[in-house]
Amino acid sequence: MEIVDKKNSYSAGPDENGRFGLYGGRFVAETLMPLILDLEKAYGAAQQDPAFEDELIDLQTHYVGRPSPLYFAERLTEHYGGAKIYLKRDELNHTGSHKINNCLGQILLAKRMGKTRIIAETGAGQHGVAVATVAARFGLPCTVFMGATDIERQKPNVFRMKLLGADIRAVTAGAGTLKDAMNEALRDWVANVDDTFYIIGTVAGPHPYPAMVRDFQSIIGKETKTQMLEREGRLPDSLVACIGGGSNAMGLFHPFLDDAEVNIIGVEAGGLGLDTPDHAASLAGGEPGVLHGNRTYLLQDDDGQIIEGHSISAGLDYPGIGPEHAFLRDSGRVNYVSATDAEALEAFQLITRLEGIIPALEPSHALAHVSKIAPDLPSDHLLVMNMCGRGDKDVFSVAEHLDVEL
Amino acid sequence: MADTTQTRLDTRFAELAARNEKAFVAFVTAGDPDRETSQAILAGLPEAGADVIEIGMPFTDPMADGPAIQVASQRALKAGQTVVGTLDMVRAFRADNDTTPIVLMGYYNPIYHYGPEKFVAEAKQAGVDGLIIVDLPAEEDEELCLPALRGGLNFIRLATPTTDDKRLPSILTNTSGFLYYVSIAGITGSAAPEQNAVASNVARIKGQTELPVVVGFGIRTPEQAHDIASIADGAVVGSVLVETIADNLDADGKAQPDCIKNVLLLASQLASGVKK
Repeated sequence: MEIVDKKNSYSAGPDENGRFGLYGGRFVAETLMPLILDLEKAYGAAQQDPAFEDELIDLQTHYVGRPSPLYFAERLTEHYGGAKIYLKRDELNHTGSHKINNCLGQILLAKRMGKTRIIAETGAGQHGVAVATVAARFGLPCTVFMGATDIERQKPNVFRMKLLGADIRAVTAGAGTLKDAMNEALRDWVANVDDTFYIIGTVAGPHPYPAMVRDFQSIIGKETKTQMLEREGRLPDSLVACIGGGSNAMGLFHPFLDDAEVNIIGVEAGGLGLDTPDHAASLAGGEPGVLHGNRTYLLQDDDGQIIEGHSISAGLDYPGIGPEHAFLRDSGRVNYVSATDAEALEAFQLITRLEGIIPALEPSHALAHVSKIAPDLPSDHLLVMNMCGRGDKDVFSVAEHLDVEL
Repeated sequence: MADTTQTRLDTRFAELAARNEKAFVAFVTAGDPDRETSQAILAGLPEAGADVIEIGMPFTDPMADGPAIQVASQRALKAGQTVVGTLDMVRAFRADNDTTPIVLMGYYNPIYHYGPEKFVAEAKQAGVDGLIIVDLPAEEDEELCLPALRGGLNFIRLATPTTDDKRLPSILTNTSGFLYYVSIAGITGSAAPEQNAVASNVARIKGQTELPVVVGFGIRTPEQAHDIASIADGAVVGSVLVETIADNLDADGKAQPDCIKNVLLLASQLASGVKK
């Protein structure tokens, strides 16, 4: 077993109060407080139970198709003429993104807790599809809250969720995007405390969600470590992942946080540019605040009112970010940057042509940053980018952005 | 550690108890639909029979509120309501009324952003008596609850149907002024509370505290207010009051001439229900 000095570890959080330094916590209404304490207890017990892990591993292997490949992107590497680029292929998972990793863990927990109804929020619909999928697999009724605006721009995913038997609730409050969907899911949970399990899709929300979702997603980083050691005989030099709430990034980063030689980069959604109000870069353009159960960086105005994020990607336009990312930013362990809508759109097209992989718009942001740094890195620099989702869901909106009539 | 000076809340509940009367707690959102109308409603509430006024501090993401108070918040924010503006309204109210307790109810982020210590000091100075902050459970008492108690404000906690006997003591520890029992597991303005369940929960809580226990969520009519008040120390009514504001707006969202009158009329009917 690896011995980690907790005091000098970046990966030891959260503390018993769910804090990552200043961030995290349990900022919920009293009605929910007993529920999240129960959840924390049940999750702790599940972690100690080998049967829980066995069932999870079995499903990851035979249902999801893990481990996902670590693919050497030869043509992309040639194109940039610098760093050796690997893609962690989580877009090949069942349902087409990394979201299923977390959903499987949480639905097994829901089952252990005797819950009989599942609720979830979704932005791009990737999490919603993954939740609807595991709910179908385990025979539990499932309600997905989705902003009305997002329903409009993610129609394929909406239909997939309906096929899977989920009840889709359109949320018209606010701008009708992910933040509002999460508010509505919390309202539903408060009203259905006895039977309902809320599967949060990202590393945010009240403790223990940020740590629990991270743990379920860290299979990405653990596999990457093993695969890279097999392929190259050493750890990667850089990791790059996109960030909305930050679950795919946390999953890739976490197993590497205490490997000081690994350079870690998170890419936020720069929207129309950080110098405009239309972006979703909470770390670059936000301030610490409290929303959806945790303290973290939030896009907010001078009076502490939350501002809607903007991104071409419905999965990234959340005005907050997971609290562990806020901690990693302040501590300087992870370097957070951003990529704009236009840069992501260009990267989307490039990788599609060069590698025959149509990425989701979310990881296209990570790739956009790779395109900025890869050319100047030496050819023995090992760079891993998390290809956390596939782009089938985005082809219609990309066509629209490129003025292509389908 | 708490400032032991009596607040207007302590005085008011003592007076009511001496008269064997129940408290009518009226909720409106600050600045809804505009500052002037909202200030006039506040000014009229004591005469309409409100024993305590609960002022909602608007927030973009009111997670514990149903549609009525959500849109009330949106109207207020659209009209330019701010944290400072809400404190100014309390100050203006206090110019004519030094006895009716005022409780601010809201969410933590605007206060956190303003600075908790600064907020507590200015709220006290403006004439606020207590705070109800929905997303600050006992586990987060160091954030605002303890600074508020030190600053001489009451910190009123919510107890809910999910708050069991094991948890109740931790909730009561730093609660003062009164305890707000949430009648249902749900959001504001939802289904009517079930009388027997509320009665047994209020009795259970009163077995563990000397504080007045006031019940809210889902109370819409004078009859319901009467029923609830008969089994507790008071009843809170909010959603139906802000709905009356909504019903008295013109197509542009401006208050119609009878808006203030109609809200206060309903308040006086609800007060009669409580006092009956």
